[in-house]
Amino acid sequence: MPRPRIATASLAGCFGCHMSLLDLDEGILELAELVEFDRSPIDDYKEFQGRCTVGLVEGGCANEENVATIREFRRCCDVLVSVGDCATMGGIPAMRNLVPLDECLQEAYVDGPTVHNPGGLPPGDAEIPRMLDRVYALHEVVHIDWHLPGCPPSPEAFQAALTALLSGEPAALPPGLIRYD
Amino acid sequence: MTSPHESRVRDICRQHGSDPVRLLDIARAVQSEFRGISQQSIDTIAAEVGVPRVTVEACVSFYSFLSVERQGEITIRLCDDVPDRLAGYETVRDAFVHALGVPLGGTTADGRFTLERTACIGLSDQAPAALVNEVPVTGLSSDRAREIVESLSRHGDPRQLVRKLGDGNNAHPLIQSMVRNNLQYPGAILFSPYNRGEAIRKAVAMSPAEVIRAVKTARLRGRGGAGFPTGMKWEFAREVEASPKYVICNADEGEPGTFKDRVLLTERADRVIAGMTIAAYAIGAAEGVLYLRGEYAYLLPFLESRLERRREDGLLGSGIAGKHGFDFDIRIQMGAGAYVCGEESALISSLEGDRGDPRDRPPFPTTSGFRASPTVVNNVETLCCVTRILEEGPATFCEYGTPQSAGTKLLSISGDCRLPGIYEVPFGLPLREVLELAGGESAAAVQVGGPSGRLVGTSEFDRRICFDDLATGGALVVFGPDRDLLSIVSAYTEFFIEEGCGHCTPCRAGMPAMHDLLERVRAGRGEHADLDRLRELGETIRRTSRCGLGQTAPNPILSSLEGLASEYEARTHEAEAGMRQSFDLDAALQPARAVPGRAPAHL
Repeated sequence: MPRPRIATASLAGCFGCHMSLLDLDEGILELAELVEFDRSPIDDYKEFQGRCTVGLVEGGCANEENVATIREFRRCCDVLVSVGDCATMGGIPAMRNLVPLDECLQEAYVDGPTVHNPGGLPPGDAEIPRMLDRVYALHEVVHIDWHLPGCPPSPEAFQAALTALLSGEPAALPPGLIRYD
Repeated sequence: MTSPHESRVRDICRQHGSDPVRLLDIARAVQSEFRGISQQSIDTIAAEVGVPRVTVEACVSFYSFLSVERQGEITIRLCDDVPDRLAGYETVRDAFVHALGVPLGGTTADGRFTLERTACIGLSDQAPAALVNEVPVTGLSSDRAREIVESLSRHGDPRQLVRKLGDGNNAHPLIQSMVRNNLQYPGAILFSPYNRGEAIRKAVAMSPAEVIRAVKTARLRGRGGAGFPTGMKWEFAREVEASPKYVICNADEGEPGTFKDRVLLTERADRVIAGMTIAAYAIGAAEGVLYLRGEYAYLLPFLESRLERRREDGLLGSGIAGKHGFDFDIRIQMGAGAYVCGEESALISSLEGDRGDPRDRPPFPTTSGFRASPTVVNNVETLCCVTRILEEGPATFCEYGTPQSAGTKLLSISGDCRLPGIYEVPFGLPLREVLELAGGESAAAVQVGGPSGRLVGTSEFDRRICFDDLATGGALVVFGPDRDLLSIVSAYTEFFIEEGCGHCTPCRAGMPAMHDLLERVRAGRGEHADLDRLRELGETIRRTSRCGLGQTAPNPILSSLEGLASEYEARTHEAEAGMRQSFDLDAALQPARAVPGRAPAHL
């Protein structure tokens, strides 16, 4: 029987959730025995290799590339989990939602007291994904099956959630593992 | 240093005995004289009445008729309720805005006019309507709006706007209003001829327990909407061993689309007052308060005269109707524009001079109400029924209606029908027959019971007006086949967002979330999951809000999701599997496209 495939990604997040997943310590080895990692920074696959059982995504959607990624995850994963507070609510990046985009860019790249930018324009290379009007939580862009809160979720929360999802049991975590900080 | 202004504010406080319980009256008086309650006046009132400044501030900020900013000499309050919108509110509003040169909420530079919008003012059957200071003007059009501004600019007297007096007591010298009763279908109970004093004389010939038994035998239930058995309420208050006790008449008729109490107070005021007196006799109260909504201030001199006439006739005061030891009198408390004060515990908060915040129940007012004393709060119509029951006996009363809902119900009908106005129908009448009476046969939907009631579609027109089927406080707004029903649902939802007191989270945060989802669906960007989410949120708000307002606020959406499902289905679409229909990438990228210096995509 083929092992279940797992994909992970970090969008507008800080990779802290991935760090917490790695914090399973030797548990990560057990996990690696149980599952096959597909597209993920852990194995550095940039494209999906096949259909996945579970997709874990940290970070919200701040730009068009994030949107394309989460949509592809939705198409390729049976169960999609938004992981951490940025994915579930927008988190720290969403602080910019209080300020219009043009003012954000102006402050960051032109007017800020420590900015050295003789060109006087925000970076505009076509390779840079365009930013969205605000940061969106993942469930605002695609349907999300489960939310795993925490900043980051603890390694134990990852373990409990994955165990439940892979064994097909209800992913009802004990209250101690559900936390928003 | 005290300015003449502040010493006048102090005088106003003293005229009210500097009593904190009279704070609302004090605030109304200051507002009316100075067109606003300045920060300095707030200080003066707080010092004079002996309450913290924040108490006065809370009161001023709570009621829509009170303001810190100085308003114009004349405030024009345009009623922006659904029937007004059906009748052309927008053009009237634009005409006023244009003629006065200020937006809604603005005051003209010369300080003469303030233009505001307000929730239902109880004139839905003669919409669009407005209050000019305290004077109601009805049947507005854009021409009439311009004429009003022009004429007020000349003489500055709102009373001169009344050209043709209304019918019945609206033409009474103490009312002199253009408001019409539109009594289309007077029934056998409430509008029957009235013989002043008869009910009280019959009541005092019985023991209080017998009076309560008569009301119970008549199976009278509260007419405000909730339908609690009146006799039982009185018995609870009677059984509490405490003194004093109070009787309050809830004439804070604020449920949008309702105007029945206005007509009862105009045409059958004596029956209302008699009902209060009988309640007082039954529970053993010596003091009563008639809480009159601020919008009906034009009725105040008339109602005061009716109270005075009853005092002269020995029907109020001491030894009423010759009954030694039965002393009872009534004062009128004016409200100041707050829908939530129609909820009885909020009404009591307001009466005590606080913000009109609802209270936790229990304890119920019958145990601990006004000034922590046993208090009975009854609706205007309920009290009229009481009087009628004492006049004719419970058996006659029960000849009308159904076993669970005895008597008649007064309906306020407005919207898309030929004969808007007041209908007194026996309980149990199917909605379809009500619509036939009112000339609204072609209706596509009817809002029954105001925003907190139910939006009923054609499939439910055979349901009956009674407590066990379509329970209602009496407001029916009829919508014709050409109306955008979801825009009406949206308007009612906005009403609740505006009128919520802000105290509890489910109502304060949940209602805007529901409104956002509804707007998404209306814009054609909703999906089926959004409808489930609306149901889920609505259920949470219904179950977890603190008071009746929050518990009923999701009703326009929840009831239309049931009764008008096709309206929603027609506007929801499914995006590609798993994608959110509501997320619009193109729109989300719009601001980024406007940022200068972006190189064109080279892929």
